[in-house]
Amino acid sequence: MKTIGYIIQKEFKQIFRNKGMLPIIFILPILQLVILSNAATYEVKNIKFAYIDNDHTSTSRSLIEKFNASTYFDVLTDFPSQEKASSAMLAGEVDVVLEIPHQFEKKLLKEKTTDLSITINAIDGAAAGVESVYVNQIVQSFNKDVKMNFRNTSNKIAQPVTIESIPSFWYNTTLDYKTFMVPGILVLLVTMITLFLSGMNIVREKEIGTLEQINVTPIRKSQFIIGKLFPFWVIGMGLLTIGLILAKVIFNIPMIGNIILLYGFTSIYILVILGMGLLISNFTDTQQQAMFISWFFIVIFILMSGLFTPIESMPKWAQLITEFNPIKYFVEIVRMVMLKGSGFMDILPQLWKTLLYAIIMNGLAVWSYKKVN
Amino acid sequence: MSISLSNISKSYKKVKAVQDISFDVNPGELFGLIGPDGAGKTTIFRILTTLLIADEGRATIAGFDVVKDYKAIRNSVGYMPGRFSLYQDLTVEENLTFFATIFGTTIEENYDLIEDIYVQIEPFKNRRAGKLSGGMKQKLALSCALIHKPKVLFLDEPTTGVDPVSRKEFWEMLKRLQKKGITILVSTPYMDEAALCDRIALIQGGEILEIDTPDAIVSEFPKTIYNVGADNMYKLIQSLQQYEHVYSVFPFGEFVHYTDKRDSFEMADLQSYLEKEGLADISIETAKPNIEDAFMELAR
Repeated sequence: MKTIGYIIQKEFKQIFRNKGMLPIIFILPILQLVILSNAATYEVKNIKFAYIDNDHTSTSRSLIEKFNASTYFDVLTDFPSQEKASSAMLAGEVDVVLEIPHQFEKKLLKEKTTDLSITINAIDGAAAGVESVYVNQIVQSFNKDVKMNFRNTSNKIAQPVTIESIPSFWYNTTLDYKTFMVPGILVLLVTMITLFLSGMNIVREKEIGTLEQINVTPIRKSQFIIGKLFPFWVIGMGLLTIGLILAKVIFNIPMIGNIILLYGFTSIYILVILGMGLLISNFTDTQQQAMFISWFFIVIFILMSGLFTPIESMPKWAQLITEFNPIKYFVEIVRMVMLKGSGFMDILPQLWKTLLYAIIMNGLAVWSYKKVN
Repeated sequence: MSISLSNISKSYKKVKAVQDISFDVNPGELFGLIGPDGAGKTTIFRILTTLLIADEGRATIAGFDVVKDYKAIRNSVGYMPGRFSLYQDLTVEENLTFFATIFGTTIEENYDLIEDIYVQIEPFKNRRAGKLSGGMKQKLALSCALIHKPKVLFLDEPTTGVDPVSRKEFWEMLKRLQKKGITILVSTPYMDEAALCDRIALIQGGEILEIDTPDAIVSEFPKTIYNVGADNMYKLIQSLQQYEHVYSVFPFGEFVHYTDKRDSFEMADLQSYLEKEGLADISIETAKPNIEDAFMELAR
C-alpha cells in the first residue's frame, strides 16, 4: 500500500513539474469546450440567396419579400437570366437560386396552380437538405397568404383542408443545439485527455529507460499499474468537474438528473479508457507511436459515437461496430442523465456494458504488461 | 558461487547475441566483462537481472535461478543500466526515496552503505536529476542501485561517457564496496579499467575469449611488443603494415605497438627499413604488453 501511495505521489509530482503539459491538461480542454460548443452548430444560417424574377408582378415581389424577411436567407441579387445565375453558383457566390416563371401571378389567379424552380448547391448535402426545408416552409407560408387573398375575392370555391402538425420538443424545448453539444463535447475532452496521457505515460518510462530499472525491482505489476493510472483517473474526474461547472456557468445547460450518478458512471468509464491507454503503451516503444495509435482510435470512436451524427442513420454494420465504442455509451449516459434526468435503472444496460468493457480492457492490459521479455 | 552461468545462449531473431557463455564469479569478487560495443555484454546483464530469458543454458545468482526464482533475485541484486535511467524531473533525494520505497526500505536504514557516495551529491539533493553533471548522475544511479543493500551489484558500462577523474573516483568507490562484501559484475569497453578487476572475461562477438586475472592474461601474451615512434604517425602505420615480417600493428597513444613474426627480431633492420620509407625521429623499444594488446591478440 505504501509503495502504491509513493508511486502516486511521484506521478503527481512529475505531472505538476511538467510545465509544458500542465496547460495542455487543464487550459486547452476548457478552451475547446468554450470554442467548440459555440462553433459546432447544426443550424444553417446566412444562406446566400438569389432569384430570377421573370414575372415582375406584385405577387412575385411579395414572395421575394418573404425570403428577405427570413433570418436564414441573405437575399443577394436578382439575376436577369438562368445562365448568369448558374455561373454565379459555379463561382460559389450563391447557394440557392429561386426562379419565378413568366405569368406566375396570372397562373395563380386563373389556374390556382403554378410551379417554382429552386436550384440548391448540394456540395454539403446536409446543409442542402436543411436549405430545401427552409425554402419549402417559406413557400408554404406564402401559399397560405395567397389563399387568404383569394378567399376574399372568390370565397365560394371550396378550399382544400390542410393538416398542420405542431411539434413539442421534449428535453430540449427550444431546440438549443448547445444543450445537445456541450455534454457531448465534455465527454470528448474527458476521453481524449485521459487516453492520451495514460497511453503516453508508461511508454515515456520505456523511452527514458526508467522502466527497465523498475522492472528489476521487486515491485508487483499491479502495484505499479495502479500507482501509474490512479493519477489519471483523478485528472479525468477533475476534468469532468471543470466541464460541468463551465456547462452550468457559461452555457446554462440543464442538469436535471443526479450528478452523483454521472460521477459514478464516469468513474467506471475512465477505467475503460485508462485500460486502453495502458494496452496501447504496452505495444508501443515510443511516445510518438502511442500518440498515433491513440489518435486513430479516438477519431473512430468520436465519429461513431453519435456525438455529431446520429447512430440510427448509420448503416447496419456500422451500428454493430458502435456497440464496441465506449464513447457511445458515455455520450448517451451524459445526455440522458443531464437532459432527461434518467435514474440508475435507466442507465443500467450501458453501465453493465461499460463495466464489462473496463474489466476486459484492464485484464488485457495487465496481462500484456510484461516485466520480462 | 555468487554468480554462475552455464552454456547461456541468446539470439534476437537471426542475430546471435551471446553463444554458449559460461563463467563463475566468486562471492566478494570484482569481475569485469571486457569487450567492444556489440560484444553481448548488455545481453548477459539483462539475462542475469531477469529482464531477459535466455534461449539455452542456466544461470544462478546467489543460489537463485534467474528464471524460477526471479522474485528472490530482484530483491537481492542492484542493477545500474548503461544509460542514465532515473527520473530526470525528480530531485536527487526524491529519486533515492523512490527506489528505497519500492524496495520496501528507507534511506536511513541502509545509509551506511551509500554514505561514501551520497555525501558527495548531498549538497545537491534538492536539484533535479536531469540538471546534474555526468559524474554526479552516475553517483546518484549507484546510490539508487545500492539503497536496498544488494548482495550482487551489476554495473553495465558505468563509466562510458564519464570524465577521467570521475572514472578514477568511481573505481575507487567500487573497490570500497567490494570490501563491504558485495559481489560486483562490471562491464566496460575500456581496457585500462580491466586491470582494476580481480578477474576479467574478454568477450567478443557473443563468445568468451579468455577468463583469468588481468596479470595472467597479460603474462600469457606470446610475443614481444615494441613501441615504435616516428614523426609521421599515419605514414608509420602504413609502412609498418607493409613490412615483410609484420605480425600486428596497433596505434597506441603516441606510439605504435608492433609485433614481429620472427623469433629473432633485429631493431636495426626495422630502423633502416623505416628510414628508407622516409620517416624521421624513429624510436624503437620493447614495451610491456597490456590488456588491450592481449585482447587484440585473442581477437585476431
